[in-house]
Amino acid sequence: MYNSDKVIPGIIIFIIFFTIPMWLNLGGAKAIPRPELPKEEKNCVESKEYMRAYHMKLLLKWRNMAIREGKRTFVGADGKTYLISLQNTCMKCHKSNEKFCDRCHKFVATHPDCWHCHIAPEEVAKLRRWQNGNR
Amino acid sequence: MNVGVSLLAVIALILIPWIGVSALGLDSFFGIVIPYLAFFVFFIGLIYRIVQWARVPQPFKIPSVCGQEKSLPWIKYSRLESPANTWEVVLRMFFEVVFFRSLFRNLRADLQGRRLIYGSAKWLWFGAILFHWGFFIVLIRHLRLFLYHVPSILNYIDYVDSFFQIGFPPIYITDLMILGGLLFLLLRRLVDAKVSYISHASDYFPLFLILGIVISGILMRHVYKVDVYGVKELAIGLATLHPAMPKDAHIGTIFFVHLFLVCTLAAYFPFSKLVHMVGVFFSPTRNLPNDNRMRRYVNPWDYPVKYHTFCEWQEHFKEQLQQAGFELDEEWCKGQNVAKENKAA
Ligand code: HEC
Ligand code: HEC
Ligand code: HEC
Ligand code: HEM
Repeated sequence: MYNSDKVIPGIIIFIIFFTIPMWLNLGGAKAIPRPELPKEEKNCVESKEYMRAYHMKLLLKWRNMAIREGKRTFVGADGKTYLISLQNTCMKCHKSNEKFCDRCHKFVATHPDCWHCHIAPEEVAKLRRWQNGNR
Repeated sequence: MNVGVSLLAVIALILIPWIGVSALGLDSFFGIVIPYLAFFVFFIGLIYRIVQWARVPQPFKIPSVCGQEKSLPWIKYSRLESPANTWEVVLRMFFEVVFFRSLFRNLRADLQGRRLIYGSAKWLWFGAILFHWGFFIVLIRHLRLFLYHVPSILNYIDYVDSFFQIGFPPIYITDLMILGGLLFLLLRRLVDAKVSYISHASDYFPLFLILGIVISGILMRHVYKVDVYGVKELAIGLATLHPAMPKDAHIGTIFFVHLFLVCTLAAYFPFSKLVHMVGVFFSPTRNLPNDNRMRRYVNPWDYPVKYHTFCEWQEHFKEQLQQAGFELDEEWCKGQNVAKENKAA
């Protein structure tokens, strides 16, 4: 082999580049963080599989129904009706943004900006405490 | 013909995981076995190709240059166009690989009446840049699916890439780049008769294959959502060599189509024209310094030549030479012999 002083480092660089996930995960990978599911309730507004993959589509549909079409009731797959509201419906069962939504989103590195305007339950609790005078 | 065969091949490659996962339930086969197999072939194939190339001797120094060569100190020379040492070669190679500098010089030749006219043709360069940079950034962004702790730089890339916040989830700029680049490169082959004439199935197939990967990825993000949380569980398992299908998660079939096409690409890569990713570093017209006049280049396949020197010849034909009345140059040959002995000692 000619120029092995350059070719062998080249091969090593290629291999390292295409195995980056392996190196960067060394020692760092722990158990997958699980979102905290509601204890009192059994079912979400749709099936679990659907919610896992499509909750953002559902939220978008909810927003369009509520804001653009003025319809504020949603009929789930099981025939139950829900008030369309991110803060008052989703977050009534899922009581925490941090332990539920964000736990997943941080893990997959996605950044929905919903809580820039909508008020997360944690913020509500903070607000209550503030109103009661103990900051 | 070439187009049809390639398209059919990619459609077949889409149907295999589709049927395999949705009808036969071979999740872990397409999620674990095939990816490992494909990446094994990718690495072994790539190393094999590199070693094969590196074993070929380079008979001549043939850098292609288009600038003033380094010569006398008061003549300015072009470091990038005619590199004189390794560092300038590295610099030149860097611009070649990252910005496709030589493709930027692409020309087109047209016959206008009886006049041959050359004009600049930057479209190929532009399409290639869109495609390659889009591909590279998409690949880097995908690291978020493989890393437990996502480095913050990936979040910045994601932020910039979805900067315009069009659509929901926001459309990535790089997705448009890679799609636009691919469509241009494909149309170029289909529409331009000159290029079409020299295009084989091995030119169309990679284009359709990568188009399939990109379209399935974009569909997955915007239309047929999959459980990305489950995908990440699987991907981390693969990356840490503890592969397992995610428990109680249902990843959509389209993900397996995406992954299978990626695996096909990986396994096909070393044996197709796509190895130009590695081949570019082995291009003798790019990777050699133009120092022909400074340093003697010895062809590595030259064998040692047996010389017959003047003095040996004179010694051999001494008698004949003397008979013919030639004057022997004994004095000089003595000097030569002394020099030889000194060298040997
Ligand atoms: C009636 C209470 C209730 C409401 C309202 C509700 N959820 Fe749920 N959600 C649940 C329960 C219970 C589960 C767990 C389901 C299971 O394990 O089968 C769940 C599961 C989920 C999951 C899947 C989590 C996982 O890891 O499996 C997501 C995502 C989700 N909900 C999002 C939402 C969103 C978004 C809304 C508002 C549109 C919403 N939920 C409204 C009760 C609710
Ligand atoms: C089971 C984990 C999980 C839970 C729990 C969860 N999400 Fe998500 N969410 C995801 C994943 C995965 C994505 C898609 C990431 C992607 O496509 O890159 C996502 C995407 C979104 C998006 C679209 C953002 C984008 O840019 O793609 C919104 C909005 C969203 N989630 C809202 C919520 C809200 C609100 C909650 C809490 C009620 C919630 N999610 C809970 C996993 C989860
Ligand atoms: C710029 C601020 C802003 C952002 C960011 C934002 N929203 Fe909203 N959203 C609003 C406002 C204002 C309303 C109207 C509330 C009303 O009329 O009831 C609303 C209403 C909604 C509604 C229907 C009514 C309700 O009370 O929930 C849904 C669902 C919704 N948003 C979902 C989302 C989701 C999901 C995201 C994140 C991707 C998001 N929004 C981001 C401002 C925002
Ligand atoms: C050649 C390599 C690959 C290319 C060119 C590619 C291309 C793409 C593209 C263009 C998208 C659209 C969204 C985006 O840009 O992020 C996408 C999405 C996606 N890809 Fe790939 N991909 C590749 C490899 C992989 C691999 C190996 C996996 C396996 C984990 C994977 C899993 C996914 C998933 C889960 C999505 C959807 C992400 C979302 O919904 O936000 N891809 N891909």
